[in-house]
Amino acid sequence: MHADDDTLFATLLGWRAAGRPAALATVVSTWGSSPRPQGSHLVIDADGHFLGSVSGGCIEGAVIEAAQEVMQSRQPRLLEFGVSDEQAWQVGLACGGRVQVYVEPVE
Amino acid sequence: MKTSTLASIAEAQAGRRALLVVTRLADGAQCMVDAAGGSGDFALAPEQLAEAAAMLQSGRCGALETLPDSFARAYVPSPRLLIIGAVHIAQALAGMAATAGYAVTVIDPRGAFASPERFPGIELCDEWPDEALARLGLDDATALVALSHDPKLDDPALELALPSRLFYIGALGSRRTHEKRLERLRAAGLGELTGRIHSPIGLDLGGRAPAEIAVSILAEIIRVRYKGTAA
Repeated sequence: MHADDDTLFATLLGWRAAGRPAALATVVSTWGSSPRPQGSHLVIDADGHFLGSVSGGCIEGAVIEAAQEVMQSRQPRLLEFGVSDEQAWQVGLACGGRVQVYVEPVE
Repeated sequence: MKTSTLASIAEAQAGRRALLVVTRLADGAQCMVDAAGGSGDFALAPEQLAEAAAMLQSGRCGALETLPDSFARAYVPSPRLLIIGAVHIAQALAGMAATAGYAVTVIDPRGAFASPERFPGIELCDEWPDEALARLGLDDATALVALSHDPKLDDPALELALPSRLFYIGALGSRRTHEKRLERLRAAGLGELTGRIHSPIGLDLGGRAPAEIAVSILAEIIRVRYKGTAA
């Protein structure tokens, strides 16, 4: 179901071992035809490197941006994306689905 | 997430143990649940622990109904593919299966076949199949394909595979080869289980090249994993 988890966590542990700030993003709810299932992860470091996916690619940019704020504030955030959202014009899901993505610092 | 929680997840995955992480979305507090129970930033009430344990068992992710504003993420062992016989088709299949997220091990005691040059980046095992399989363990997240064309290698592997919980067993060979193989397995007392073997192996895509056959084998494994053996 989540075939690439091993690689994601190995990468994340590598970043932490090197002292690099990092964040973990997780799809926590989905409605309609969202491309990635609940539990899908994206891992992000402070330089904007990332691995994994929380969508078909349409919202990754926004999640990576939010992750930078999360690493600085060290407070988790719950993001929501969907066609009904104002953000849809910039980063909406082409498939018409909606997703909630939880972004948390790793420390 | 704490780095120590990350390390616990990685450790569980390496040991092929299931682990579930419950997150309280409001403050990010987390609790890990495994076969031994729960531990972490907060304690789960008995009904929450029971719900989490059920999700762990089924590998499901989602909110806990018994804990508002939560998310539970099950980490289950990644699927594994054991390939008997470091042959030409195995070379193509090993790489494709690794790309598809399978932990691949190629088993062949003949060093000239199972060489790192022929299988770059793939875990190789030069034990005899019965020794290797006894060591690796055959769980229900694992598939096995016998590709060696050599009964000395394929048969001992199939004899261990048939009574196991493997989710897929496939064996390469013509109908005639397979008929002979079935006779040997019946003689070994495994007659009732031989229906588990997928042979002819792979979905019928019509391809003949090693890479094309590898695609059809991997496609069949993926199909059985998600849809079972029923058509």
